[in-house]
Amino acid sequence: MPGVLPEAPVEAAVATEMKVMAPVGAALAAIPFRSRLKLLLLLLTSPAALAGVLPEERADALYHYYDGGGVEIDGPSLLVRKSVGEKVSVSLSYYVDTISSASIDVVTTGASPDGYNEKRTQWGTGVDYLRGDTTMSLGYSTSDENDYQADTLNFGISQDVFGGLTTISLGYGSGSDEVSRRGDPTFAGNVDRHAYRLGVTQVVTRNLIMGFSYEAIADEGFLNNPYRRVRYVDVNEATGYGLQYEVYPETRASNAAAIRAKYYLPYRAAISGEYRYFTDDWGIDAHTVEVGYAQPFRSQWIFDFKYRFYTQSAADFYSDLFPYANAQNYLARDKELSTFQSHGPHLGASYTFMDRQGDRPMKSTVNVFADYYMYSYDDFRDLRPDVDVGTEPLYSYDAIVVQAFFSLWF
Amino acid sequence: MKAGVAILIAGLLMAGCSGIEPWVKPYERDRLADPIMSFDRNPVSGSYIDHVHEAREGARGASGSAGGGCGCN
Amino acid sequence: MRTSLPMLLKSLVMAALLAAPVVAGNATGGAVAPAAEFKLTSRAGAPVALSGLKGQVVLINFWATWCGPCRKEMPLLEQIQKKYAPLGFTMLGVNVEEDTRLMDTFLNDVPVSFPILLDPANGVSKLYNVSAMPSTVIVDRKGNVRFVHQGYQPGDEGKYQDMIRQLIREKA
Repeated sequence: MPGVLPEAPVEAAVATEMKVMAPVGAALAAIPFRSRLKLLLLLLTSPAALAGVLPEERADALYHYYDGGGVEIDGPSLLVRKSVGEKVSVSLSYYVDTISSASIDVVTTGASPDGYNEKRTQWGTGVDYLRGDTTMSLGYSTSDENDYQADTLNFGISQDVFGGLTTISLGYGSGSDEVSRRGDPTFAGNVDRHAYRLGVTQVVTRNLIMGFSYEAIADEGFLNNPYRRVRYVDVNEATGYGLQYEVYPETRASNAAAIRAKYYLPYRAAISGEYRYFTDDWGIDAHTVEVGYAQPFRSQWIFDFKYRFYTQSAADFYSDLFPYANAQNYLARDKELSTFQSHGPHLGASYTFMDRQGDRPMKSTVNVFADYYMYSYDDFRDLRPDVDVGTEPLYSYDAIVVQAFFSLWF
Repeated sequence: MKAGVAILIAGLLMAGCSGIEPWVKPYERDRLADPIMSFDRNPVSGSYIDHVHEAREGARGASGSAGGGCGCN
Repeated sequence: MRTSLPMLLKSLVMAALLAAPVVAGNATGGAVAPAAEFKLTSRAGAPVALSGLKGQVVLINFWATWCGPCRKEMPLLEQIQKKYAPLGFTMLGVNVEEDTRLMDTFLNDVPVSFPILLDPANGVSKLYNVSAMPSTVIVDRKGNVRFVHQGYQPGDEGKYQDMIRQLIREKA
């Protein structure tokens, strides 16, 4: 035990502990599920030793704006987080997307009724409970637009080990969506979603921190867009192609694993890197790479530079142009499921205009971030030019994303 | 797969319980406590950008983490 | 891939059970050992040696401005200092940071009347096996360590006061 006492008695205790732990693991596997659950509850109610910290109390008000591919989306995103006593933290969030204009899908294959204007509102709430060096979290969010309702429940548990150098977190999320189709009151679809998450954060040296995360998601239900259609060669049509509604599998199982690192440079700056691999049973494989550099300036400014590269391979049942109607059991022409790459540089500026350590409110910042995305598709064609079927140019578009927000810590 | 994950966690935690001394002392965690060393300095902005990506790309998941910081208490 | 909820919960339970925290407590629980001698320069520029304080009850608190619980604890330590100083007690705040400007800014907002000692090379922190931030060590009038506490949770200042009251009654 750390302190000013000699180390020898500690080592003896540790050796005994090691001898106990290994067979404990094996024994645990043999205990029936219900009894293990009871043991967990017992552990969680036993007295705490070393302790972690609750998330910081804060309020954020953000304005977001997206303009790209013919689509404009903007709206607010608000968050308030407050501690209640010393063990509990609660949060409340509100988010709106106001969507206007028409994307390539709307213009060409009717992925949404004409004159596309939409509003999606999302409310969220969460509670974190700190017990010793374990934090348990529960969150609920509900999202509403006139043809899609989504409800999600998230549960997480996070534990500091290795003297606080390692943090392990586990999470489970359950979602339930209701899909409808405007102009078709008889249509009703459901989606059930389960997500399983594992995260490990590791302090490697005084200057280096690394993280690993893994997430498995399983969906079941009506997974496609109720308006979008695929196209197939049809010489009888003036355009040269016919349209039919897309047909997706009723299930989707995906796995994603990511590794990230941040390194502190001696003159006070940080470089970061991240890689994520994604694969699913629809045949999509994707790689995401991001590098970043944070440069403070004086004591009030932080400038961020990042570059994100994303590449994915198409789903098995995706095609820009099927040879004839009903060519496959499953048909998709969603550019999100096609083969494409995206390059995304990012620039951010944050200014701290209040930093009072002793008083409340303690700190506030104002921030402006800008991202520029360049998407280019390898097997999705732009149907607007009037050319022979199958020779249309491959689609590409750029988008600008701006965020302006104010944060207050109290 | 799930059993493998469980064994991985168990292994990590058993090692943690074995009393390996932290090689970065708590009084050496000043740089890690700097906001520029946080993986998720602005959570509201982070979750918005994740949403921008997920809405336009086929990939989803594994986009966040917890831990690091001052390791106080 | 049919992931089942029971399987995940089993992983969760195993994880939580095997992560039983290593116990770290308050009392030294056993043999009483003399506090390691050290000499540090205070913020005011004066050298302070622990041996020079023999005869007094001394509370040594290791802290830094980047540690939230340390900042929370500071005003409460100041209250303890004011209350027990006339009874033969002194508090020493050992700051472990390399950059003293952050400490100066903090102490402008939260002034204290007890000496703040500078340990930027972390020699004293190592000597006292500081394993959490903040850490509190209470030394009796004879110069022996009688109380070690890791971290700060609201209410801990009560534990410090109980030990101080007990040690103040003891003879040098």
